[in-house]
Amino acid sequence: MLELCGISKRLGSLDMADISLKLEDSEYFVLLGPSGVGKTVLIEIIAGLIRPSAGRILWCDQDITFHQPETRRFAVVYQDYALFPHLTAAQNIAYGLRANGATRYAETNRPAALAQMLEIEHLMGRLPATLSGGEQQRVALARALAIQPRLLLLDEPLSALDTGSRARLQKELKRINRELGTAIFHVTHDPEEAMAVGDRIGVMLNSRIRQVASVEETFHNPSDPDVARFLGMMNVLPVATVSGHMCTVHGVEVHAGATHSSTSHIWIRPEEIRMSSKPFTGPSINRFECRVIDWNHRDPLVAVRVAVAEPGVSKPLDLTCLVTHASFQELGIGAGSRAYLAFRKSAVHCF
Amino acid sequence: MTTKASLGVLGRRHWFELAFALLGSLVLLLVLAPLIRITLATPVGDLHDAAVDAEVLRSIALTVYAAFLATAFSAIAGIPLAYLLARKRFIGRTLLLAVIDLPIVVPHSAAGIALLTVIGRRSLIGRLFGHTLAGTVTGISVAMAFVSLPLLVNSAREAFVAVPPRLEKAARTLGASPARVFFTVSLPLAWRGIVSGMILMWARGISEFGAVVIIAYHPMVTPVMVFQRFNDFGLVAARSVAVLLILICVALFVVLRALSRPKSEESPNA
Repeated sequence: MLELCGISKRLGSLDMADISLKLEDSEYFVLLGPSGVGKTVLIEIIAGLIRPSAGRILWCDQDITFHQPETRRFAVVYQDYALFPHLTAAQNIAYGLRANGATRYAETNRPAALAQMLEIEHLMGRLPATLSGGEQQRVALARALAIQPRLLLLDEPLSALDTGSRARLQKELKRINRELGTAIFHVTHDPEEAMAVGDRIGVMLNSRIRQVASVEETFHNPSDPDVARFLGMMNVLPVATVSGHMCTVHGVEVHAGATHSSTSHIWIRPEEIRMSSKPFTGPSINRFECRVIDWNHRDPLVAVRVAVAEPGVSKPLDLTCLVTHASFQELGIGAGSRAYLAFRKSAVHCF
Repeated sequence: MTTKASLGVLGRRHWFELAFALLGSLVLLLVLAPLIRITLATPVGDLHDAAVDAEVLRSIALTVYAAFLATAFSAIAGIPLAYLLARKRFIGRTLLLAVIDLPIVVPHSAAGIALLTVIGRRSLIGRLFGHTLAGTVTGISVAMAFVSLPLLVNSAREAFVAVPPRLEKAARTLGASPARVFFTVSLPLAWRGIVSGMILMWARGISEFGAVVIIAYHPMVTPVMVFQRFNDFGLVAARSVAVLLILICVALFVVLRALSRPKSEESPNA
């Protein structure tokens, strides 16, 4: 399948270097990164619309780096749909078929089948300007699928849509990947979207690929503190000193499971911190007294921010704990009230 | 009380807008006064006489035809150039853009003289064809093309710039070759701007005097005929031909505006 070997590109302020990736057969791969790291440029390099400064692109072990885009059969779907405004939905969908010299039979039948699959049959005679964002993106998807692409390249395909359409299209994309077996390379800045659709995730920061792993692995074992912060993880903390399994963070001693000599940061998984209004006596190694700073409701949990202060340390350690609504009610806490925390060694991830 | 307050604001704005409107209407007056005055001052009888004068009719047909030739041939080469200027970034692009605009700043009589050195009897082209292009319809078309080409190239270029490059990229990934993308996406979407550029060029060609009179006094295009009649017979003789020419150009202009007006707003979910 697709393989990128050391792709580099300088373009204006963008300096992308040494991107290497390998996609599996019929895989749904998500490239996740903040805006401006060159995700769209990478998509256009794969599609053949931009020449890389260095590196090679392989498809089934064949070098296609210098192949023209129209010969690759890698269809791109853009965030702004890029539908041809002078053509109806049906003509848009048939565009690639005609360009590829498809038979009349295919030209009428394939768009009809795709329209049925994506539930846009009633829109086929309409011009793009008269369609909603979600409808336009379905037409764009049908247009891309009509050429039976070897690879579907999606550039932030859901970012311009409202929450409802986004959720529906996420399911649709997963279905296309499963039922048609089309390999998908999906680019997004949204970790939740990546988690919802991807088989594997590549995290791109500062124009470099920092981690490639399965969804579970990515969100459970981020490769470094930057990736963890980008993924929206709370309690990523710098470590002052390490001795044995003990890390000192803001003067607070935390027992960690697997420290190593170069541990610079730890991540305390917020959903694994237990909270109580009474001191803990159980088996947990890490037990602290703290004061509640504030909280906010993030469905379905409540994020409670607390300060752990050790005597003699000027700056307290801020931690966020995720608790259920029921536990939050039970705790009966208010701002400034006293509470107790406990977590196991295994809740602490060392970088 | 609210009314008074808002009136005060309105009043102040009125004063400012009034001053600008007054200054602006001076320009309008400059354009409209001569055109309206000459049209009103010409008796319908004179206009009718001019319109059935075989010499005048032949001249108008020649003018319209020569300007059409100039536009048609310029379009074949000018539209690809406009597309390149709109899409590609290359060394010398800025210089090329300036070159396209040169005919606007060169005095047209000087342009005519300059053209003679290229298409006259002793020029390379003159020797190649065995005779000069001066005094021929082709020569007139070349002069018209020289002075009106920027209008076509610039509107076509702007029309291509307005086509999102993403549409062309999407078309490429769907399997369309660059030529196919041009003819099925870029050209249809830029068509309106290109046509309005062509009409503008055509109208400008029809009205050209300075460059044409140097290349060809005969056969006589209508602007030259207006000049000749004014010189030989005076204002009244030239007036009716001039009005006829003005009316033709205005008619072309009206068509142009109708074409380049954006489509009536299609409300979504209509």
